[in-house]
Amino acid sequence: MGDFLLVTIQVDMHDRLAMTLQDDLTTKISQTGAFGVLIDISALEIVDSFIGRMISNISSMSRVLDAQTVVVGMQPAVAITLVELGLTLPGVKTALDVEKGMALLRETMVVPESDDDDRQDI
Amino acid sequence: MIGGEAGKMALYQATQDNTKELLAEWVKEQMSTISKQGAIKEADLRDQCDTFLHLFTSAIRHGNTTDLRTSEWDAVLRYLNEISATRSEQGFSPSETATFIFSFKKPLFTALGKTYASDAPALASATWESTAILDRLGLYTMDVFLKTRETIIARQQEDMMELSTPVVSLAEGILALPVIGTLDSARTQVVMESLLQRIVDTGSTVAIIDITGVPTVDTLVAQHLLKTVTAARLMGADCIISGIRPQIAQTIVHLGVDLGDVITKATLSSAFAVALQRKGMTISRIKAQA
Repeated sequence: MGDFLLVTIQVDMHDRLAMTLQDDLTTKISQTGAFGVLIDISALEIVDSFIGRMISNISSMSRVLDAQTVVVGMQPAVAITLVELGLTLPGVKTALDVEKGMALLRETMVVPESDDDDRQDI
Repeated sequence: MIGGEAGKMALYQATQDNTKELLAEWVKEQMSTISKQGAIKEADLRDQCDTFLHLFTSAIRHGNTTDLRTSEWDAVLRYLNEISATRSEQGFSPSETATFIFSFKKPLFTALGKTYASDAPALASATWESTAILDRLGLYTMDVFLKTRETIIARQQEDMMELSTPVVSLAEGILALPVIGTLDSARTQVVMESLLQRIVDTGSTVAIIDITGVPTVDTLVAQHLLKTVTAARLMGADCIISGIRPQIAQTIVHLGVDLGDVITKATLSSAFAVALQRKGMTISRIKAQA
């Protein structure tokens, strides 16, 4: 059982894929009882309002399942687009890269130090 | 009939026959009106006038004095373009540029008068024709002049935009963006992009936006600032806004702008102190104060 889950999005998200991710992730969180989820979107270059909302939704869902979510590695262009779309992702924690995100999770969580993170690539 | 074929031919004849006198008179006329002495040499001016006169004469040869869009006028217009653009760049005033064409009227009318001294209807008709065509050419000169000016202004604006958005690194992981001048949509876009790009490049987690040099903050500017802050937050960097002057603080509150949970500081140094604290760094004196 790992403390953190790492989700790396390495292809352009299309709507169906986002839905699958949402399903998989929530299942995985409840299965593993992870305390923290890192969503790495550094490879994501194009977002639309739907994907923006999915990111927001996924992190809200993880929070409901008692896992802190940190979105890491957002590209400048993506950030600008989301802001222009009015999706400011309130309540979602963010970090510049995976390392900083991990540090943030460790800081905010009172869990025993553990390094064997579960890794799931999409 | 005013403006008839006779008038057109008369105009051509008069111009053709008196080229030398026209040129001399015209140059003299212009030299007396141009206020910036030495801005243009008499020889250069003579050259310009001479070229124009040649082009003008060949353009009106076939009696087309009404439609400037036809091919006969192409060369004339192109030459005027050139003259007007150079004058605009050399800093001539609009009226001085327009004078180039309008000062041609007097010598031309004199020449017409001399040629048709005995024929009043022909004189009237030719005068009318020449006035119409010269006015149109004059207006065209003004159009080109303004267009050149606008190009210069646009270029300067672009230069300013590039110059005025430096992102500087204050310490490891701390960036500062001193904004100087009014923030409009286009500039905010540039500011936002360069800040976010630098955040990625340097891996900084704290960015200080210093608005000491922003003269006024209205709702639009505040909104732009908030957008930048939010975008930076989405990427995982915190923004601190500093350099808010008392008047601006008043304006922001009076406008009802909600800066939300953005950290604001009065001065850049206090913002820097907060940033250092966040990063777990301090500044200490290594020598006792003298």
